[in-house]
Amino acid sequence: MDWLTPQEWQAVTLSLRVSLWAVAASLPLGIFVAYALARWRFPGHALLNGVVHLPLILPPVVTGYLLLLGFGRRGIFGAPLAEWFGIVFAFRWTGAALAAAVMAFPLMVRTIRLSIEAVDPRLEQAASTLGAGRLATFATVTLPLILPGVIAGSIIAFAKAMGEFGATITFVSNIPGATQTLPTAIYSELQVPGGEAQAARLVMVAIGIALAALLASEWLGRAVARRISGS
Amino acid sequence: MTLSVALKQSFEDFSLNLAFTAGPGVTALFGRSGAGKTTVVNAVAGLLRPDHGRISVDERLLLDTAEGVFLPPYRRRVGYVFQDARLFPHLSVGGNLDYGRRFAPRAERPSPARVDEVVALLGIGALLDRRPGALSGGERQRVALGRAILSAPRLLLLDEPLAALDEARKSEILPYLEGLRDLGLPILYVSHSAAEIARLASHVVMLEAGRITAAGPAEAVLSDPASAGALGRETGALIHARVEAQDSDGLARLATPAGPIWVARPDLPPGAQVRLRILAQEVMLATEAPKGISALNVLMGQIDHIGEEADGSVLVRLRLGEEAAILSRITARSRRALDLAPGRHVYAILKSVSIAEVSRG
Repeated sequence: MDWLTPQEWQAVTLSLRVSLWAVAASLPLGIFVAYALARWRFPGHALLNGVVHLPLILPPVVTGYLLLLGFGRRGIFGAPLAEWFGIVFAFRWTGAALAAAVMAFPLMVRTIRLSIEAVDPRLEQAASTLGAGRLATFATVTLPLILPGVIAGSIIAFAKAMGEFGATITFVSNIPGATQTLPTAIYSELQVPGGEAQAARLVMVAIGIALAALLASEWLGRAVARRISGS
Repeated sequence: MTLSVALKQSFEDFSLNLAFTAGPGVTALFGRSGAGKTTVVNAVAGLLRPDHGRISVDERLLLDTAEGVFLPPYRRRVGYVFQDARLFPHLSVGGNLDYGRRFAPRAERPSPARVDEVVALLGIGALLDRRPGALSGGERQRVALGRAILSAPRLLLLDEPLAALDEARKSEILPYLEGLRDLGLPILYVSHSAAEIARLASHVVMLEAGRITAAGPAEAVLSDPASAGALGRETGALIHARVEAQDSDGLARLATPAGPIWVARPDLPPGAQVRLRILAQEVMLATEAPKGISALNVLMGQIDHIGEEADGSVLVRLRLGEEAAILSRITARSRRALDLAPGRHVYAILKSVSIAEVSRG
C-alpha cells in the first residue's frame, strides 16, 4: 500500500505484531489469575488483585519506569533472562509487547473473571462427581462456558495493547523500525510542524483496526454463545 | 456392596450426628427440609468435608477423618443425580451421557451396547442431539440419571430427583427409578415424600434435625407410630402382599400376613408381589363387627399401641396376626366413646388401599 510510507507501514505491522503477541502470551496467565481470583480464597488474595490492577491506576510512565528497572538490560529480571534464555526486552519490539501486555492485563483479567463468576460452580461439582479431576473439569466444563468472556477479554486487551503509549515509550523508546508503534508513530509525526495531515492517515488506520476488532469480537462472541446454548 | 456412613458435623444453626449402613437396593433418607439429608449425601459424594466421619463402600474407604483420609469427589465413583439435574449446557444430551463414561476406568467403562441399553431404558433415544436447554424437567432428570449410571458408579445418590417436577412428570420418571433397583448398587434416595419412599425404598433412614430417629426395613419404619410426627398426613402402614387370584368382577384378591384383602386392580396378574400402602386416616375402627357397609376390607386385630399426636388426633396401631400391623388415625372423642385401650380387639375398616409398588413374577 503506497498511501503509507514504508516507515508508517512498519509502525502498523509492528503494532499488530506487538499486540497479538501481548495478548497471546498473557492469555494463559490471565485465565489462571482470573480463575484464582474468582474461585479461590487464599492469603494474599487482595494483594494479588491489587497488583493485577496496578497498571490500570498508575500513570503509564510509572509503569514504564518500573518495567525499565525490572526488565532492562541490568534489571532484576532482565539481566538473568538475557543471560540464560537470550530474551532481551530493552529497546526491542519484545519490550513493547511486554509493556502492552502488562498494561492490558487488568482489563483482560477483569473481563475473564466476570465470566468465570457467572459459571455455576455446581456444574463443576457435577463434573467432579462424574470422575473429572480439577484440570479436566476446567478444560471440559469451565473453559467452554467462559469462552465468550475469554474472547471479549482478549479483544479488549488487544485494543488496549494497540493504543498503549506511555509505558511503551518510557520502556522501549520510539525507534522507527524497532519499537515505533502506531501511537508513537502518530505522536512523532505530530512533533513535526505541519505533520497533522500525515498523522491523519495513521489515525484512520487506527480507527479501522479498532472497528474491525470490535466487529470481530461481537461476531465471535455471538457465534460462541450460540454454540454453547445450542439454539 | 454396602455403604457405611458415620458423620459428625456442626453448623451454625444445627449439628449432624448419625451413622447408618445401606446395602444394595434403595435406602431412603427421609426427613423434612433442613433435617440434614442433602448434607449427608454431599458428604458421601465428597462435595462436603465433615469435621468427623468415616464413609466406606465395602472395604473401600472414601473418608476417615481419624486417619486423615479424604478421597476427592472425582475418585469416589459415586453417581450423583442432583435435584436440579445440572446437565452441562454446552454439551448435547449425547455429550452429557458420554461425560462420566469417559472418566470411568477402562475396564469398567460401559460398552456402546450398554449405552444403547441405558438410553432405551430411560427412553431418551430421541433426545441425543438436543441441548439440555431444550428439554423438559422430566427429560432433564432422565438424562441426568443416565449420565450418572454410565459413569459406572459403585453407588448412586439421588437427591430429591422428583422434587422439582409436577405430578405428571413424577409418574413419568418413577418407573425408571424402580428399574434402578436391578443394578445391584446401593442407592441413597433423598426424599420428603412418603409416597415415593413407599414405592421405591427397601430401607428407610428417618432424619430429624441431624439425628436418626428410626432406621430399618421400609415396612417397619413407615408402620411405626414413632414416625408419624415426620410423616403427618402421609402416616400409614406398608404391607407386603401377593396377588392370589383375579375375581370375575374385577377385584384382585391379595394374600397378606393380615389376611385376604381385595383391591380393584384387574391389571394385576396372579403371582405378582405387591406392596400395599394403607394410610392411617383411611382406616376406621369399630368395636363390633360392622354390618351393611360398603367397605370391602374389614380386618380384626388387637390394639397394641395408642398415642396422642401433636395435632390432638390419636394414632392407634392394630396387630393383625403375627407379622402385620396397620395404623388408624381417629379423634380423641372417638377414642373415649369407644373406650379404646391396648389389648382390646377391634375391627378395622379400610376405606381405601393403594398399591404402592408392584414387582411382577
